[in-house]
Amino acid sequence: MQVPAELFYTKTHEWARREAREVVVGITAHAQQELRDVVFLELPKVGRAVKQGEPVAVIESVKAAFDIYAPVSGTIMRVNDAAVKAPQLVNQDCYGAGWLFAIAPDTSDDFANLLPADAYAKQIQAA
Amino acid sequence: MEKTALHERHRRLGAKMTDFHGWEMPLYYTSVLEEHRAVRQAFGIFDISHMGQVLVSGPDALTTLNQLMVSDLSQVAEGRACYTLMLNEDGGILDDLIVYRLGDTDYLSIINCANRDSDVAWMTAHRQGRTMMTDISQGRSILAVQGPLACRTLERLLDARVTSLGRFGIAPIRTMGPDACLARTGYTGGDGFELFVPDHHAQRLWDLLVETATPLGGRPVGLGARDTLRVEAGLRLYGTDMDEKTTPFEAGLEWTVVLNKPEFIGKASLVRQKAQGLSRKFVGVELSQGPVPRTGAELSVDGRRVGVVTSGTFSPILERPLGMGYVEPAFATPGTVLTLTVRTQRYPAAVVKLPFWKGETGKVTEWPRGQGAKPALGQPAT
Repeated sequence: MQVPAELFYTKTHEWARREAREVVVGITAHAQQELRDVVFLELPKVGRAVKQGEPVAVIESVKAAFDIYAPVSGTIMRVNDAAVKAPQLVNQDCYGAGWLFAIAPDTSDDFANLLPADAYAKQIQAA
Repeated sequence: MEKTALHERHRRLGAKMTDFHGWEMPLYYTSVLEEHRAVRQAFGIFDISHMGQVLVSGPDALTTLNQLMVSDLSQVAEGRACYTLMLNEDGGILDDLIVYRLGDTDYLSIINCANRDSDVAWMTAHRQGRTMMTDISQGRSILAVQGPLACRTLERLLDARVTSLGRFGIAPIRTMGPDACLARTGYTGGDGFELFVPDHHAQRLWDLLVETATPLGGRPVGLGARDTLRVEAGLRLYGTDMDEKTTPFEAGLEWTVVLNKPEFIGKASLVRQKAQGLSRKFVGVELSQGPVPRTGAELSVDGRRVGVVTSGTFSPILERPLGMGYVEPAFATPGTVLTLTVRTQRYPAAVVKLPFWKGETGKVTEWPRGQGAKPALGQPAT
């Protein structure tokens, strides 16, 4: 199961990629595999203030809808409109074209609360 | 959990299994939407052996069935079948089922898995005269092969009258024992067949079908896609879209009822309801975009609740969310735009005539993109 080493992860199966001014967020291959056919995304409004661990988006498969949690506190800067139009991108390329939203973080401290790749890989193996 | 004769095969194919009313059944093998598309484009192979098979036979079988069911089964010739409803005294639906006339006084009823015990008890309790009722499910499997390539695939594989079998016809399958038969019925809205065969024959036939399927684009299909397909075809699911508190009229199934039959259980209640009028009607709704309309989601007009969703899905063929449910009759006209509320967000949902998907040669209604746009229904697909 794909767990890119350069990313950080949450217990709730989001990944976070630290870039110059923002943190890009998506769901992991493990989550996408459990979800299968993504048919709808409800993404947060640009400009919304979010807290680490707060549910900020919804991802929906044919069977059920699931909350997506903000990995860090900050402000929503961008959302992936392409994925909203074509939700199957999340199944096809969850670490790339299937990214969900980007947050301008309040602080760099939040990253300390996230799981590095090997810890997340252990978690999903144990499941 | 109970297991069908094909259970091990589902596991070996890597199916994600689920508990369906006490039966361990395949939910999907690869993906619900992939399997759904395969049924529309080629064919799907389903194990539906969890459904109940009740043989009703004897000189008074017809009398018994005509008392139990809303249809006039005297109109069903040998080798033919009919979709019908079984009601309680209040006119509420106990189950929907298909009755196949196998012989002069032999009828096979295929009943929903969820209602197997209660249906058999009810039917047995209401036997008239010399009627034998036997649950013949033990040792018999049911396979469904559904899709545009189902017919030619089965024609090649079976020693049976396949191509010339008309819709709702049933015929014997030779070389699989005396009771094996196939029917041109299904739960997908398109062409397809349901095969009733002894377990060991079912196992060999399943293997043969799966082998044959791959180069043709066919595949095994689980209960997940069985549900998305039937919603797309506007077909109701007992227990979800209708229950004991629903009458055939409310459920939009008035066409199944032969009200001038001399007597049947629930007739008096239906006659009363026909005179009084309905407080709700079953409708289909379409969204141009948005989430899946979930069971229990509210349908409103100008802030006032007028109905509720009972079933919904995302249609990979029509590429839009679909829902079915009940609304006040004043809002049941196709073209009416309702508001669907899902997780506190509101979306316009247009009432449409069922079925949503009209078959291989049917037209697709065009729903203009963009919220608030009036639907332009009945226009041909581009």
